[in-house]
Amino acid sequence: MNPFRYERASDASTALAMLAQAPEGAFLGGGTNLVDLMKLGVAKPELLIDISHLPYDRVELLADGSVRIGAAVRNSDLAADRTICTRYPLLAQALLAGASGQLRNLATTGGNLLQRTRCVYFQDVSKPCNKREPGSGCPAREGYHRNLAIFGASEACVATHPSDMAVAMVALDAMVRVLGPSGERSIPLVHFHRLPGDEPQRDTVLDHGELITAVDLPSLAFATRSHYRKVRDRASYAFALVSVAAAIDVVDGMVRDVRIAFGGVAHVPWRATKAESVLRGAPATEEIFRQAADAELADAQPLRDNAFKVPLARNTLVRTLLDLTQEENR
Amino acid sequence: MAQKSTAHRSSNPIPLPGKISVGMTVNGIETKAEIAPWVTLLDLLRDHLDLTGTKKGCDHGQCGACTVLLDGRRVNSCLALAVAQQDSQIVTIEGLAENLADGETLPPLQRSFIKHDAFQCGYCTPGQICSAVGMLREAEAGWPSAVSADLNADHVTLDDDEIRERMSGNLCRCAAYANIVPAIAEVLPIRSPDAERRSGSGVYPERSEWVGDRNKEVE
Repeated sequence: MNPFRYERASDASTALAMLAQAPEGAFLGGGTNLVDLMKLGVAKPELLIDISHLPYDRVELLADGSVRIGAAVRNSDLAADRTICTRYPLLAQALLAGASGQLRNLATTGGNLLQRTRCVYFQDVSKPCNKREPGSGCPAREGYHRNLAIFGASEACVATHPSDMAVAMVALDAMVRVLGPSGERSIPLVHFHRLPGDEPQRDTVLDHGELITAVDLPSLAFATRSHYRKVRDRASYAFALVSVAAAIDVVDGMVRDVRIAFGGVAHVPWRATKAESVLRGAPATEEIFRQAADAELADAQPLRDNAFKVPLARNTLVRTLLDLTQEENR
Repeated sequence: MAQKSTAHRSSNPIPLPGKISVGMTVNGIETKAEIAPWVTLLDLLRDHLDLTGTKKGCDHGQCGACTVLLDGRRVNSCLALAVAQQDSQIVTIEGLAENLADGETLPPLQRSFIKHDAFQCGYCTPGQICSAVGMLREAEAGWPSAVSADLNADHVTLDDDEIRERMSGNLCRCAAYANIVPAIAEVLPIRSPDAERRSGSGVYPERSEWVGDRNKEVE
């Protein structure tokens, strides 16, 4: 690891002031990704500002029925939270599908959103990578990419966002609450991560000096009927090849409303708005589910070795919707 | 460590950050150390406190060999910076064999690993055992897993699939899994929801408040 300074922030304004004076500084939450990237030489902050003790460690049910998740809430606590398990089972399932018991005990909600891609070239400083070293090139396009993006990639970058949690949250229309030098702002999670374009070094729309304080989940009554399904190379403790987060509201055999997002397919947690449009107001049948999946996947631009993700994503979505609606009809 | 290699670069124009004093309780003993910010909890334990029971495997949070209990919860000590652990309670494999019943030299979980031959080379074993201790607490607190049928069940029944899923953060390159699972299953305080809880089993240090019991938080 490169040498760096360490400070523990006693409150948010101190943390912001510290980072404002350190252009190469970074906030430290659980550290499960950042410390690893520092060991690999990928991240080289001059200053770590420990924000893990700031008072953002609660899951609160707000008066309007929405749920506020503090940025410092550990992934393990969030997955076991009664409010989350009852109201948003897909989120608890997504969290439990990610990492290991040990990592979930350290990893935080804010940090999970900000974790970097696990593309092998990004994590290997002996290789070019436009995300790590802008302009150095992208070996993944021609090289190892079976786990990388089929949607929204650019010439510069074909990386995927690795989070499971964010996929469930983006399906739930989550809002990211952010504190910065000029005050607070709230960013829809669907616009929080960005496609790589010609600036793949920027994963999110956050500015340097901004701090995530919470994630808000709007009330969504039908999310009680929801599921997160993850497909991976191992039965446990592996990143998604493809995952689906879905919540569906079926009345008299017709889809009244639906939320769908894919993981493992893009530089962002991928909200499947085209599939949702096909489903709203249509009969809840396997035929329609296939049409919805095809509508979304028509935009897929797979690479040489990840074309298998297209039928995998289609089948995973159809199976998830069938499981949810057959349960409903029981 | 970078600390040693850079300290010898006398021509380095950039002054190195100073060492930081950190105090924590390790296996019940109050401990103070002066360390550089980049020393991990794992390296503090092994290189500064001579607690070499905790093993360095991958050093990247992928293998679980470095698992210790941090404020009662299992964590990868290779990814935890030591300076960030001020006032915390650390329990390592060396600390698990305390507060034993008369005549016992090892807690039940360790005896069960020996009885079931739940290792071959033994390198992953301290991490496996610390992880299992943390895992049993999580299950007792009602935490679900990725294979739990009901996220909202009041009690977790740890069948073999549950044990495998919950222990997936600990790799064993000798592949002793087939014996690790029954070794853990044998010491379960609750094997079924109907069974009475065994109290004071000595499976792990009695600090259950460290893992939030979700059943106590229902409003």
